[in-house]
Amino acid sequence: MAGETPLAATIADEFVVPPARPFAAFWASFSENKGAVLGLVVISLIVLLAIFADFVAPYHPNEQFREAVKAPPVWAEGGTWRFVLGTDGLGRDMLSRLIHGARISLFIGLSVMAVSFVLGIMIGLAAAYFGGVVDVVITRMMDLIMAVPGLVLAILVVAVLGPNLTNTIIAVTIVYLPRYVRLVRASALAELNKEYVTAAKVAGVGPLRLMLSTVLPNCLAPLIIQAALGVSDAILEAAALGFLGLGAQPPISEWGTMLADAREFIRSNPWLVTLPGLAILVTVISINLLGDGLRDALDPKMRRS
Amino acid sequence: MSAVIEARDLKRDYESRRGMFSAPATVKALAGVSFALEAGKTLAVVGESGSGKSTLARLLTLIEEPTAGQLLIDGKDVAGADAATLKRLRREIQIVFQNPYGSLNPRQKIGAALEEPLLVNTDMPAAEREKAARDMMARVGLRPEFYDRYPHMFSGGQRQRIAIARALMLRPKILVLDEPVSALDVSIRAQVLNLLAELQEEFKLAYVFVSHDLSVVKHIADRVMVIYLGHAVETGTREAIFSAPQHPYTRALLSATPVADPFAVKERIILKGELPSPFDPPKGCAFHPRCPLAFDRCRREEPPVEYKNGRDVACWAVEGGQGGRRDDADEAAGRR
Repeated sequence: MAGETPLAATIADEFVVPPARPFAAFWASFSENKGAVLGLVVISLIVLLAIFADFVAPYHPNEQFREAVKAPPVWAEGGTWRFVLGTDGLGRDMLSRLIHGARISLFIGLSVMAVSFVLGIMIGLAAAYFGGVVDVVITRMMDLIMAVPGLVLAILVVAVLGPNLTNTIIAVTIVYLPRYVRLVRASALAELNKEYVTAAKVAGVGPLRLMLSTVLPNCLAPLIIQAALGVSDAILEAAALGFLGLGAQPPISEWGTMLADAREFIRSNPWLVTLPGLAILVTVISINLLGDGLRDALDPKMRRS
Repeated sequence: MSAVIEARDLKRDYESRRGMFSAPATVKALAGVSFALEAGKTLAVVGESGSGKSTLARLLTLIEEPTAGQLLIDGKDVAGADAATLKRLRREIQIVFQNPYGSLNPRQKIGAALEEPLLVNTDMPAAEREKAARDMMARVGLRPEFYDRYPHMFSGGQRQRIAIARALMLRPKILVLDEPVSALDVSIRAQVLNLLAELQEEFKLAYVFVSHDLSVVKHIADRVMVIYLGHAVETGTREAIFSAPQHPYTRALLSATPVADPFAVKERIILKGELPSPFDPPKGCAFHPRCPLAFDRCRREEPPVEYKNGRDVACWAVEGGQGGRRDDADEAAGRR
């Protein structure tokens, strides 16, 4: 039998790249971006606040202090340390409501992201794999959804289903689904033409395994970025719905709803509108910074494998 | 010895839409190719870009179905086979691609890539799969610690070894090699070719070696098939093709191969023009617009594949019998 030994010797001389740990490489390029690290820190704080809201918040978000309605925040004239950020028009502690509001907003953002992520992958992969009529029907439906302005479509869906938290999530998911579907479809189509996919087919890999185990992992990088940025978009959209009175219903302390409630006090007690607005702003900016950092670290075009 | 793979007049057309209102155009990527290959032998398929080499590779590996013609693997007709037989036949033929950077899944570790064919085709337990993968890695000259690494950590030559190892995991009888060394450095190329030769002997593999590099073909082939615009213009043993090429296209192809001998007197045959568009192939012999020997009959009738001078050749200008080839050329030139 020819050659049990000779080849190993020839190979040893070939150049061998030392094994790099993928996560270490990712962290190295992610941490170069100071803004992204800041975003990560802030969003981690917000997430921790949301998780431990029951212990961190000084009061129950719906507890009313009739004797201290519209109390100013501590730095304003007449402010006390009892209500650090003041109270709203019904005497509820703003700080407690904002902390609990983080829970609602993040819950909406993450559920919209998770649902559209999973649905987007399934629909997008189906479009790419089957092609033909299936592909045309799916892409046209997605184009149709994208042709309607996001907020209008969300309002329409909520108007049909009725305003509450679950329906807000459904409405926002429908609005953002096309982005995921198109992204998955485009990346999957590009990957399907590559030779490793053909090699897998020749090796007898079936369609389900081919799409989920061979193709999908190679489409994930842009999808993860889209998902990260999608959380902030979903939070904004849900806040907009809440502001229009079509999202989470009072007394749920959702930031958009809080904004709407405080609208009438915009001149007399401006902090009532400013604080929920700031909360939305900080959260959305942090998530966007984090998403940008993820993109820089994960984008295959910027990193040579 | 019977053939492990046999192609009978394989054809493959592609339809291409040209706008909404015009009729779809048909491209004859492969216009009737026949061959038979025995275990342990190598058939080299030679031709320029666009000649249908890769289409043939795709047909042989059952990635695509032929439009017409028969493909027999291990004596079984692929077209009439039921799903179970087809699944079994698929295992007998595997492929190694030209570009080792595109043919490995970047998100799959080497071990997983090698085990995947076993995972989906057999019910081998995980420990045995790992052992089989490690054995195959050792066999193709990859170090054991590569098992847990990703493809981007390897050089082109190593990747090609990985691709070869993956193709051999199911112990196929036939390996289609689609320009397996043309993307590699010359030094690595020889190593990979030697590895392929060793593996062929060890596993009694039949190779279909697609290439445009005649110096490599000369090194590895038992039989050579020259294809031009989807037609097999000349098929014969390596000796017959390289020592006395008959078809004018083969001659032009061989005359373009560099020879490492500064004193060799060479007759360069320079072909005019480009490969004709396969949408609108020339009438008669596909090669006639570029052929130095073409005469009237070439423009009217397509030459059949005939056994002449010890090989199968499709050319009106090639005379049968033992007549020297210079005479053929002179005669054809005179008739022109």
